[in-house]
Amino acid sequence: MDNAINFINAALFAGTPLLFGTLGELISEKAGCLNLGVEGMMWVGAFAGFFAALQTGSAMLSLLAAFGAAALCAAVYAFLTVTLRANQNVTGLTLTTFGVGLSLVLGSAMCQANGGAPNLPGSFRDKIAAFKIPIPGSGDDVVKLAVYPLTIFAIVLCISAAVFYKKTRHGLSVRASGENPAAADAAGVNVSAMKYASIILGGGICGIGGAFMSLVTANGAWMPAGIVNGFGWIAVALVIFVRWKPMLAILGAFVFGAFQSMRYYIPDSVISIPNAFYQMLPFVLTLIVLIVTSMRKSVHAGEPAAIGVNYYREER
Amino acid sequence: MKTAIELQNITKRFGTVVANDNVNLNINFGEIVALLGENGSGKTTLMNILSGIYQPDGGAIFIRGEQAHIASPRDAQRLGIGMVHQHFKLVDVFTAYENIILGMPRVKGESPAECRARIENLREEYRLTLSLDKRVHDMSVSEKQTVEIIKLLYRGADVLVLDEPTAVLTPQEVGHLFAMLSRMKKSGRAVVIITHKLYEVLSISDRVAVLRRGQCVAEAVTAQTDSRELTNLMVGRPVELKIERPDTRKAPNVLALTGVSVKNSDGGNALKDVSFSLCGGEILGVAGVAGSGQKELCEVIAGLVPAETGAILYRGRNIIGNSPAEIIKKGISMSFIPEDRLGMGLVASMDLTHNMLLKSYRSGKLPLLAKAPAKALATELVDRLKISTPGVAAPVRQLSGGNVQKVLLGREISAQPQVLITAYPVRGLDIHSSFTIYALLNEQKKNGVAVLFVGEDLDVLLELSDRILVLCQGEVMGIVSAKDATKEQLGLLMTGGKEGA
Amino acid sequence: MKDLVHITKRPERSALSSLGLIAAALGLAIVAGGVFIALMRQNPLEVYAAIIKGAFVGSKRDPFSAIKSTVILFVPLLIVSLGLSLAFKMRFWNIGGEGQMMFGAIFATFFALNYSHLPHIVLVLLMFAASVVGGGLWGLIPALFRVKWSVNETLFTLMMNYVALYTIEFLQAGPWKRTPGFASIGSFDANVQLAKVGGVHVGWILALVLVVIVTVYMSRAKQGYEIAVVGESKATAHYAGMNVKKIVLRTMFISGAICGIAGMVQIAGSDNTLSTGLTGNAGFSGITVAWLAQLNPFAVAVISALFSILEKGSKTIPVDVMSKEAANVLQGILLFFFLGAEFFRRYSIKINLPQKQVRHIQKEEEHADG
Repeated sequence: MDNAINFINAALFAGTPLLFGTLGELISEKAGCLNLGVEGMMWVGAFAGFFAALQTGSAMLSLLAAFGAAALCAAVYAFLTVTLRANQNVTGLTLTTFGVGLSLVLGSAMCQANGGAPNLPGSFRDKIAAFKIPIPGSGDDVVKLAVYPLTIFAIVLCISAAVFYKKTRHGLSVRASGENPAAADAAGVNVSAMKYASIILGGGICGIGGAFMSLVTANGAWMPAGIVNGFGWIAVALVIFVRWKPMLAILGAFVFGAFQSMRYYIPDSVISIPNAFYQMLPFVLTLIVLIVTSMRKSVHAGEPAAIGVNYYREER
Repeated sequence: MKTAIELQNITKRFGTVVANDNVNLNINFGEIVALLGENGSGKTTLMNILSGIYQPDGGAIFIRGEQAHIASPRDAQRLGIGMVHQHFKLVDVFTAYENIILGMPRVKGESPAECRARIENLREEYRLTLSLDKRVHDMSVSEKQTVEIIKLLYRGADVLVLDEPTAVLTPQEVGHLFAMLSRMKKSGRAVVIITHKLYEVLSISDRVAVLRRGQCVAEAVTAQTDSRELTNLMVGRPVELKIERPDTRKAPNVLALTGVSVKNSDGGNALKDVSFSLCGGEILGVAGVAGSGQKELCEVIAGLVPAETGAILYRGRNIIGNSPAEIIKKGISMSFIPEDRLGMGLVASMDLTHNMLLKSYRSGKLPLLAKAPAKALATELVDRLKISTPGVAAPVRQLSGGNVQKVLLGREISAQPQVLITAYPVRGLDIHSSFTIYALLNEQKKNGVAVLFVGEDLDVLLELSDRILVLCQGEVMGIVSAKDATKEQLGLLMTGGKEGA
Repeated sequence: MKDLVHITKRPERSALSSLGLIAAALGLAIVAGGVFIALMRQNPLEVYAAIIKGAFVGSKRDPFSAIKSTVILFVPLLIVSLGLSLAFKMRFWNIGGEGQMMFGAIFATFFALNYSHLPHIVLVLLMFAASVVGGGLWGLIPALFRVKWSVNETLFTLMMNYVALYTIEFLQAGPWKRTPGFASIGSFDANVQLAKVGGVHVGWILALVLVVIVTVYMSRAKQGYEIAVVGESKATAHYAGMNVKKIVLRTMFISGAICGIAGMVQIAGSDNTLSTGLTGNAGFSGITVAWLAQLNPFAVAVISALFSILEKGSKTIPVDVMSKEAANVLQGILLFFFLGAEFFRRYSIKINLPQKQVRHIQKEEEHADG
């Protein structure tokens, strides 16, 4: 029982940044923009959030900084792909290169100025610490369900996104822009505006995911190598895995989060799988989802039909 | 009658091609205007300008007397202009209801249920049948069209443009559509219908504007014109053409089709039970309104689309099931000039030399391309056909339409085919270039090649061909001797054998 | 209501005009990079000079050490970029260079570990062949799914990278673990190491040979011609009698195989072991290199060199000036400008100055109505 709660805690802990990254990328992809810069934007958010926390000590400002910095990077992507119609794959990959580099360079400069890797004060860490919910019947009260405020925030964002896409006219317009921009355009939707808004908002949310990792996961220390490191790419995979559905993203992110920590909780005597396979699992599952949805050729698969394709009205 | 739209001197260019050349057109409320013209005459481009898809390079648009700049479909919508495009602009995964409300702000204080009710009312007012919760990908073509029309009505459009709305409908559905358009007209709306079918013009429109090669060549009250006059306007004045028709010795049955049927992507018949034979040293013309199965006819012979039934005999051997490569090897050459001209016969980004290689690159045992002969051929063609190009190393994309066509046909002919299939080889060419092409075809004929010539200009077909096969909706309506046939006779066959409509 | 800026497709730019555009983008990128450096409170000129110096000027003891290190970075990047170019020419978005490199390396490692007793030449040839097969298969799999069920290749190849990565982790920690208490394969037998020519492992010669081979293949070979046609239009390829599916499969095998060779060269020439870090991100950088070079092998070589110089040079900047990842930032800035420049190659912009937008005509009619 205790072990199970610990496992859930670990899944939530690892799943939260994934959830931000996944939702951010999902929002971008809904409008037809495959932004492979998630990893870069998460790194940038990780640094901006950490730096702002160090400077201001305010959790709110820290998250805003993470959101803003990543959104700014996304805006570059948006300008290049939507206005200048640059190739989405190359632009996204470049954004990753740029973002990771920028975060490391600025982080290193910060350490230089500080005379060593800085640590966030405990007072700040308390502001974003998990709520500990005692589980009745768990024997002693040492083991508690730990829920971070940011986890709840991410879930709320996902639910809002689901409602937005399902219930609102703007949601309809965004989806149409990702499915068939020519049809959306002909119906009077401002396709470029939808894409810009989606990319920038999505990028900002990815940034918050990065900030979670530098503020919470890294336990208040700036340790660039160990933090984001590939989570952005898992987020890209997750979007496919959850078939572009924000509600499924909640489940998906925590399942993938569980994969990250599963190996510590499943005793070798039960199943003995090499460590690497646990880490490989998310990607293999994603591949299977990708194949199965393509095989069924189902229009309900969820993949926005015009993903990766830039729209030019006068194309003929 | 109040003027709804006034187009003044609208000009639109795509690269070197002038799609609309100083077009003037008036559209009034309470009338149906037909925009008549052959494929590529600029009808759709003109209406795309009106609906904000394209920006004109010159000219002015007045709506209800006020000059308007229509920068986007959204602007057009605000001005009350709505267009049903030939290829529907619907989101497949959305329901009818979602497609209808897409892009429109919610009316303040209106609940979704009230909004639906409003749409249902519109639907009933115009006696349309549609389930609002059906998804577009589950719909028939006619249902999709209905969604598009309700979409326009919901947006309050009072100028409705329909691009080839009958192309994909059954006769019954066409009847319903026309009845509905009449109701639109009675309610005071302006309706524009783009078409190349004469009987439609005559049966539904009040006025007709004829476009030819991007120019508006005539505007007339429908009641004061007839199909013959419209045909002449559409295909051009019968100019004095003196195309040679050399007598040759015919080698019978080089190619024979018996009972060939081809399905189109919607599952309908693109070709139905087509049979004919083609002799060596003969030019067999193929006439028909656009989309009557010409493309499929070319493609099925070239092995690009499968035949459902029938046989294609080349020198007595059935070639159905052979790969396109095997068919090319047998000496059957096909060149099809699609509307965008570059289409599939040439590779736009490659230079002349590399385009020469497209079908012949396999020859030779080495794994390397034989570029030298290709270059020599390109140089020779440039010289012989007077192709104007910066050089054989220039990408064909940079060439003008006429020169592109010379490159394509020149290559096909230089492969010394036994059967030469060519569709619309003079599409968009001036008289001079056209005659170069006719001479090339005649030269082939004299060499004993069996030529299948799919054309649009009836005068040319009559003068150039030995026999003419007429297609209508995928069926062979008849094969006539070109020497004895008349344009009227062909026109009659093309429209299914009935006078007028 | 009229758009202030109207964008239209433009006719082809001349070679000179294109070159000017590239020069402009490069110039702007250098300036923007300088602004970034200045914002970091460093002197841009000094940093740029340090990068160049760091990439070329070695230590007193070995004046060529810097160049050698640059070349070692250059070799795998160049080979991978060449491999990816083939796929991109076919408009097949092979984002899987990383994984294909890794699988080439994995297959080669099998022989390095188990057949190190063979004569050096035989062993190296075996490893080479194995890397071709390994990388090729890893490229073939996404192509198979693409051809059969049109599975999106961008996402597929991307995921395959991670499957490859964790395969190496598995091998390191399990079957091929050679160092007790530490998940590592350990150093290969000395017999595995590629010979050095001019101070750098022989891979650089292979890379340059590959530049020539890929150039010939793309511009002279029948198969290269097929790739170009398929990339331009599948319908045209079909019309010309080409077997499009076969061409896609074959090309992706070759593309993956070349990436696989890069992996083998890296482990046998430089790393002397199999580890997850073997790619040095070359599989991803190669995508941008290939794209930037517009798939021209010689341009690929030039840009690979540029990227390697940037990376090696940045590594030598003292950490109190700027961290070595500045290379990534500068590379990113450079690419952003090139991506933007591409737009001006294809489109032209017309700016409509504001003018009076509504003009009344048909006054008579209005009067009549009024």
